Amino acid sequence: MRRLLSYVPVLAALTLGSTPAFAQTDRDALIKEGRYVAAASDCVACHTAPGRPAYSGGIAFTLPIGTIYSTNITPDPNHGIGKYSETDFARAIRQGIRPDGSTLYPAMPFPSYARLTDHDIHALYAYFHDAVKAEPLAAPENKVSWPLSMRFPLTLWRWAFAPAPSAARNTTLHQFSDPTLTRGAYLVEGPGHCGACHSPRGISMQEKGLTAADGSSFLSGGAAIDGWVPPSLRQENRTGLGRWNEDDIVLFLKTGRNRQGESFGGMSDAIKHGTQHLSEGDLHAMAKYLLVLKPADTKQADWVYNTQTASSLHKADFSERGAKIYIDNCAACHRTDGKGYAAVFPPLAGNPVLMGKDPASLVHIIQSGATLPGMEAAPSAITMPDFRNRLTDQQVADVVTFIRHAWGNNAPAISQEDVAALKKTMPERNLSNEAVPLN
Amino acid sequence: MKHADAIVIGAGWAGSILAKELTEAGLSVIMLERGPERSTAIEGAYPDSVDELRGAIRKRLFQNLSQSTLTIRNTIDQTALPYRQLAAFLPGEGVGGAGLHWSGCHFRVSPDDLRLRSAVIEKYGEKFIPEGMNLQDYGVSYAELEPFFDKAEKVFGTSGVAYTINGKVTGNGNVFAADRSSDFPLPPMQDTFSAQTFRNACSEAGYHPYAMPAANASRPYTNTYGCQMGPCNFCGYCSGYDCYLYSKASPNVNILPALRQDPNFTLIANAHVLRVDLDSTKTKATGVTYLETLTKKEVSLSADLVILSAFQFHNVHLMLLSKIGTPYDPVSNTGTIGRNFVYQTISSSRVWLPPSKYTNQFIGAGGAGVAIDDFNCTNFDHGPLGFIGGSPVWVNQAGMKPIAAAGGAGGGGAPRWGSAYKTDLVETYKHSLGIDAHGSNMAYRDVYLDLDPTWKDAYGQPLLRMTFTWKDNDIRMNQYVVSKIAPIAKAMGATKTHLVHLNQGQPFDTRHYQTTHLGGGAVMGEDPKTSALNRYLQSWDVSNVFVIGSNAFPQGMGYNPTGAVAALAYWAAHHIRTTYLKSPGPLVKL
Repeated sequence: MRRLLSYVPVLAALTLGSTPAFAQTDRDALIKEGRYVAAASDCVACHTAPGRPAYSGGIAFTLPIGTIYSTNITPDPNHGIGKYSETDFARAIRQGIRPDGSTLYPAMPFPSYARLTDHDIHALYAYFHDAVKAEPLAAPENKVSWPLSMRFPLTLWRWAFAPAPSAARNTTLHQFSDPTLTRGAYLVEGPGHCGACHSPRGISMQEKGLTAADGSSFLSGGAAIDGWVPPSLRQENRTGLGRWNEDDIVLFLKTGRNRQGESFGGMSDAIKHGTQHLSEGDLHAMAKYLLVLKPADTKQADWVYNTQTASSLHKADFSERGAKIYIDNCAACHRTDGKGYAAVFPPLAGNPVLMGKDPASLVHIIQSGATLPGMEAAPSAITMPDFRNRLTDQQVADVVTFIRHAWGNNAPAISQEDVAALKKTMPERNLSNEAVPLN
Repeated sequence: MKHADAIVIGAGWAGSILAKELTEAGLSVIMLERGPERSTAIEGAYPDSVDELRGAIRKRLFQNLSQSTLTIRNTIDQTALPYRQLAAFLPGEGVGGAGLHWSGCHFRVSPDDLRLRSAVIEKYGEKFIPEGMNLQDYGVSYAELEPFFDKAEKVFGTSGVAYTINGKVTGNGNVFAADRSSDFPLPPMQDTFSAQTFRNACSEAGYHPYAMPAANASRPYTNTYGCQMGPCNFCGYCSGYDCYLYSKASPNVNILPALRQDPNFTLIANAHVLRVDLDSTKTKATGVTYLETLTKKEVSLSADLVILSAFQFHNVHLMLLSKIGTPYDPVSNTGTIGRNFVYQTISSSRVWLPPSKYTNQFIGAGGAGVAIDDFNCTNFDHGPLGFIGGSPVWVNQAGMKPIAAAGGAGGGGAPRWGSAYKTDLVETYKHSLGIDAHGSNMAYRDVYLDLDPTWKDAYGQPLLRMTFTWKDNDIRMNQYVVSKIAPIAKAMGATKTHLVHLNQGQPFDTRHYQTTHLGGGAVMGEDPKTSALNRYLQSWDVSNVFVIGSNAFPQGMGYNPTGAVAALAYWAAHHIRTTYLKSPGPLVKL
């Protein structure tokens, strides 16, 4: 479902005033910018369901109150946003208010989009109106029963948690004196809406912090979405990006792979539809910005590679819980030293995904497999098969415990009950999805 | 009718290279593949992918002979019968073709391989060529092909060690190898214990061992197209398998990920091409007609350019079915389509080392090993020997799987059951190693391909007929080279040696695997009377048809064919892009 993301280069030039005056007649250039903002905002992720035309909506969001579906945002006048004026459009995106005055479900990340500049909104509007094909296709009806279907509580939610656009922009654009960091902040906090997944949420599902200025909860890791746990993007040494450098982050956002790991779950879509289309300059700005976010968890001891695991495995000492399962199923690609092979098979040693509190991602990758899709700059799709029919819950628990502990990872063990419980949120088998790219 | 600028028939190496090059040139390309889609995500899903029964034994990635096959006979006076069970050679089927199931032995050529007729005449005179042998030159030189060998290696992620680069000795590579313009993209694969033992013994015997060039990645690699390979871990599941580590080069791993991103490219699987359609003059192809094998619907496409890049004999078959060029007639010695059909000679000998030496035969990689070229091509004096051709000799430990090991235990004459068999099996698996002589096979006037007069495939078209047997020249060559293995085995400290070679009077036997390195049948050359294709692999008769593959080899060389096929594919593509597209028509005017 939801993702996070980022955005805009031409725009940077505009704000810096280095671009020639924008000619109203040059609609194509504006549309091109709008397409870039749409990619940066990853509109596709939520508004294009598999098998449906682009931007015609229909993706289901399963929430405690019922199921809601993303809407058709093509310029169709009846089923889409064809009747929206630019003001209507801006209000919906930045404030979550529909033309009829009712409030959007905050699955739409309008608290982040509140930061979008007027120019970006203008470009986005031009793109959606002039370059997206109108699709006269209704999104499925939401399945939320009365009284929860009433929208007025959403309005209360919005009053409580959604920032006013001007204030939001003001905060985001004035946190840093360095223009690159400001650019990064805008991309991450605004169109990228990274916090929608990577920030923890409060009791009313509001993000705990929408900007770097909001304290260390912001981007400190979110709850599992579709079974995948968004890790912290802050500087924790073990569970965050503390050991990633700027180039690691840029490469990850461009290709979904680097020496530290590979994307999975919703992040792969976020890269595919979004960040890979961003300019190098914008990706570096985002990376620089992320690198200044201080750790939320300040008590983590630095991860140090421990050679003991590899040396035991080399001696065929499989006495540690899960070691034999690891050798039989995992070591062919991830190696006995846990280092994998850069950008092809991700390392398990020191990988933040392994050391997080919630083991759901690990268990789910083993249960369902995963494919890193090909990107423009890295066309190879790399697939890990699922081990659903090969390993019992106990064996999955054992091997996850092993890799969480090995090579200095030292993360806590998990039980067979944990694995069994995670079956409830287990994603469908990776290869049962026909959209899995071939390679 | 749907139109494409170019139609490419067959989704193997040759087809994928041509499709990539032609889309780069801005053409819309439709690639037709008879078999199904194949992806590492599915075929390579570990650990099912290393199931020997599913893979090499039940021949998962190979042609379904129940739909189409060929008929085989040894001599012209026999009646050919259909090849109903895969054994002697294993054509691939599905996206990736033979490029998915191959081992990864990625050689260039010896310069004299390309001009063997000229080289033999220069050294020994024309009379040295036996009566009935159609010895021919390719019409292209190593110097001309070198940039394309280089290009292909950088796409394949080939591991190896050079001997000379731009004339300077740079490493302990093959002293007989032709000069290179740049190094291999990856360092050589490590020697297995058996390869190391062979290397030492060869040096001791005065030969010149070198690491075989392997399209198995010795390191992680990102190729020219941005496609990624994982490093080989010597699991041994190469030939007959889709490599789960993405470390064996294949069209699927090395080219198609990039090609599939191109909106100008369309791949249609399960599309069995029935014929290339020609205009009324029979000098211009108008398109292609294929059968959707899942729906049995016939579909015609139009195209300006048609590339035949199916497996060697399928290319020849399609030319005959489409009436491109004149079928070869061995009696009148006229026509070119089906002429110079060739194979390779291969014989696998076995050497047993003392019980203290463990050869760990489960370890291996399809392209890795140590070879000597002292008896390949024109590297030795044929004068007193009276035959043409040669063989590299190598230890190419490709990973001995359990079922194959059980089937091959003990060597010739050993017990096939009971406790003696079991002892032999264990000893052989633990302490033996294989040494192959993988050699040339010359072309002969009465060895050829044509359409079978009787048998038809599931679609009602005549099967291709193969007339092939071993000939005196090649049998003597093979025996000579195999005889050179004995002293090497001795230097290795062999406790037992079982030498295997071809024998006079033993015809080609389709029941045992030999090699899938079939060649010729639509060869390239400079004379349209003796070649089907010009030096750019363009049909002499239908100039908008190019036929890419080992079908172009006028004779079987000592090396594995894929490297030469890839270089010829890039060579042809280069001339299509730089010359043909600007002014379509024959690239060689007579």
